[in-house]
Amino acid sequence: MNYTDLLALRDRTAPVITAADGGFRVVVGLATCGMAAGAGPVMDAFKEYTAGMDNVRVELTGCIGICQYEPIVEIYEEGKPKVTYVKMTPDRARRVVEEHIRGGKPVEEFMLTENGKPAYSIDDTTFMKKQVRIALRNCGVINPEDIDEYIARDGYQALRKALTEMTPDEVIDVVYKSGLRGRGGAGFPTGLKWKLASDNRGKVKKYVCCNADEGDPGAFMDRSLLEGDPHAIIEAMAIAAYAIGADEGYIYVRAEYPTAIKRLQIAIDQAKEYGLLGQNIFGTGFNFELSLRFGAGAFVCGEETSLMTSIEGKRGEPRPRPPFPATKGLFDQPTVLNNVETYANIPQIILRGADWFASYGTEKSKGTKVFALGGKINNTGLIEIPMGMPLREIIYEIGGGIPNGKELKAVQTGGPSGGCIPARLIDTPVDYDSLAAIGCIIGSGGMIVIDEDNCMVDIARFFLEFTVDESCGKCTPCRIGMKRTLEILDKIIDGKATEKDLARLEELSDYVKTASLCGLGQTAPNPVISTLRFFHDEYEAHIKDRRCPAHVCKRLVQFIIDPAKCTGCTKCARKCPTSAISGKVREPHVIDQSKCIKCGVCMDNCAFGAISKN
Amino acid sequence: MKKKLTAVDFRGTPEQEAKLLAVIEKYRGVKGAMMPILQEAQEIYGYLPPEVQKIIAEKTGTPLEEIYGIATFYSQFKLNPSGEVAISICLGTACYVKGAAAVLEEVSKQLGVEVGGISPDGRYSLEATRCVGACGLAPVMVINNEVYGKMTADQVASVLAKYKA
Repeated sequence: MNYTDLLALRDRTAPVITAADGGFRVVVGLATCGMAAGAGPVMDAFKEYTAGMDNVRVELTGCIGICQYEPIVEIYEEGKPKVTYVKMTPDRARRVVEEHIRGGKPVEEFMLTENGKPAYSIDDTTFMKKQVRIALRNCGVINPEDIDEYIARDGYQALRKALTEMTPDEVIDVVYKSGLRGRGGAGFPTGLKWKLASDNRGKVKKYVCCNADEGDPGAFMDRSLLEGDPHAIIEAMAIAAYAIGADEGYIYVRAEYPTAIKRLQIAIDQAKEYGLLGQNIFGTGFNFELSLRFGAGAFVCGEETSLMTSIEGKRGEPRPRPPFPATKGLFDQPTVLNNVETYANIPQIILRGADWFASYGTEKSKGTKVFALGGKINNTGLIEIPMGMPLREIIYEIGGGIPNGKELKAVQTGGPSGGCIPARLIDTPVDYDSLAAIGCIIGSGGMIVIDEDNCMVDIARFFLEFTVDESCGKCTPCRIGMKRTLEILDKIIDGKATEKDLARLEELSDYVKTASLCGLGQTAPNPVISTLRFFHDEYEAHIKDRRCPAHVCKRLVQFIIDPAKCTGCTKCARKCPTSAISGKVREPHVIDQSKCIKCGVCMDNCAFGAISKN
Repeated sequence: MKKKLTAVDFRGTPEQEAKLLAVIEKYRGVKGAMMPILQEAQEIYGYLPPEVQKIIAEKTGTPLEEIYGIATFYSQFKLNPSGEVAISICLGTACYVKGAAAVLEEVSKQLGVEVGGISPDGRYSLEATRCVGACGLAPVMVINNEVYGKMTADQVASVLAKYKA
């Protein structure tokens, strides 16, 4: 495919995306979360009810972003703003086809609401208005399984520009000046990474890799990008290959993401067919071959040296650095490895320039960041915000606040490698340096909201259990140090710890952080360090008062029956799995604490609210 | 996580072996092909018994211990097949105090399968799990995603009867 073909294809397909070619375009959000919510049958229903209507095109798209309203359907109509329908069902689809598509009257009751009024488009909601979509620009807009739609949105124009109008050094220079930093967690400047790998172009075999082994619990940015806009990653990797002088690349994607794998493979095949991957791309003599490699369920493989060892077909254990991958990476050759989201920014940076990208964000954190917002928050979803946005805006405006009138306690970022931002620091700007200053990290983009009902010791323990399970075992500080750390946390949660243990906990965390071989171990104590720093009082309550302030840690909780409210209905006694509750009919019951296993079944079953946790 | 070798006899068919050899052939000369080979081998056999690992070792010229090292490193690779009837019994606290251990023992005795193991004919596999969060139904037994609550050792025989081959 040459430039003229590419432009012609773009101009031919562009009107399809917005239905500017007439009629309707119905797009159904079919990312993994949409599918789980039942988007498949909704899509089938739209196809069925619009069968025979020549002016309606029904298509799938990636993640539209506002998870708890899935399945989401958007309708584009020539000359009109798009309409967003949420929580769709096949039955609702029938009504939308009848009333909106046939009848010309959008169905307001299936829309999102903003200030009590129906919001016709998701773009009219605070959730979306506050966002800037660079990496996610095509997610939820195009059909990720159709390369033509990507091309319609200027796809592969950046690769064309780089190959035909720029030298490799100019490409690196633009990326460097844009200020883009790695979105996988460490925040290393991408342009610098490329520069370090750029020596001896054409003389040395080099590789370009993409880290799509998204392993943090609660993070789904990379999955959404791969499912919603796979070509952007492919295009960016080709650009990176040109910049450093590589001709081969690998995308290492976790096997747990079947939809992402499927769409990536379709995308690679289509790009090959169009001559946008392979030999002599755009007639410039530049060659680039791209293959997929699948992870096999090892968290440590998200670490760069482990990932490359795994692509080499070995146990995914880390190697000491230096040498860094830029000099000695995959198969011992110079290698550039970037995260999915980092790549997703590249085509736009090449097309629109370094200054345009750098106009977003703060002085040292340029551009935007995608976050997977979850936990105790009203609007769970995938969001993209300019760097430096205060946490308060993310939680209370985009996120819509905390459900059930509960109080915000903390926001956890960076998953098992990250920390907790306490509620009192909610005005902290979210960028690399501001978070680092309070011992937290942006991380890959998981953002879990924690409310008053969560115990911070328990949260720290949750992440520790995860890293202990996932430690590869190669180096001692991580393998043994983390295990010992977890044991101390278990003692605290069981109410058996002393103040000595608390000091030991701090000491151990420090050792593991300093002495571990790779990023997994070096960051694994972070959840402990950060909760110790900001929620020391909760640790102390567990240790000194043998009390869990959030009533989470089971050993420290007592279930108690209020004799004034208990009617003696006997239901709790019958439901109790350990027969710990006794009492006569129509007389207040009591719980034998020595038999109680704190399963909470009694409280769930009491119709009179007589049972409480203490 | 520790992985146990399986007790089930290897029942690979010539067709499966032909498929495996084709996979190995497909990746001949491809760098770093061991992961895809193991992944595709597991698709063919459902797990990676030593017999399969040996074939791969011989045909690729890779030491068996290296292959075993990879197979045990990644949680996706299975050394044990799941039975056609996959039984798991919750050993969470509530189930435990209500006699889950007795249920587990009874199942194990009736089927002749150890915990974490599989019957030699490959029909039944038995696992003890952590709390499945159904304490009100304790003790809980799950068979192929079907949940059986309030189990007693006496009921084991009648439940298992439903799954007789």
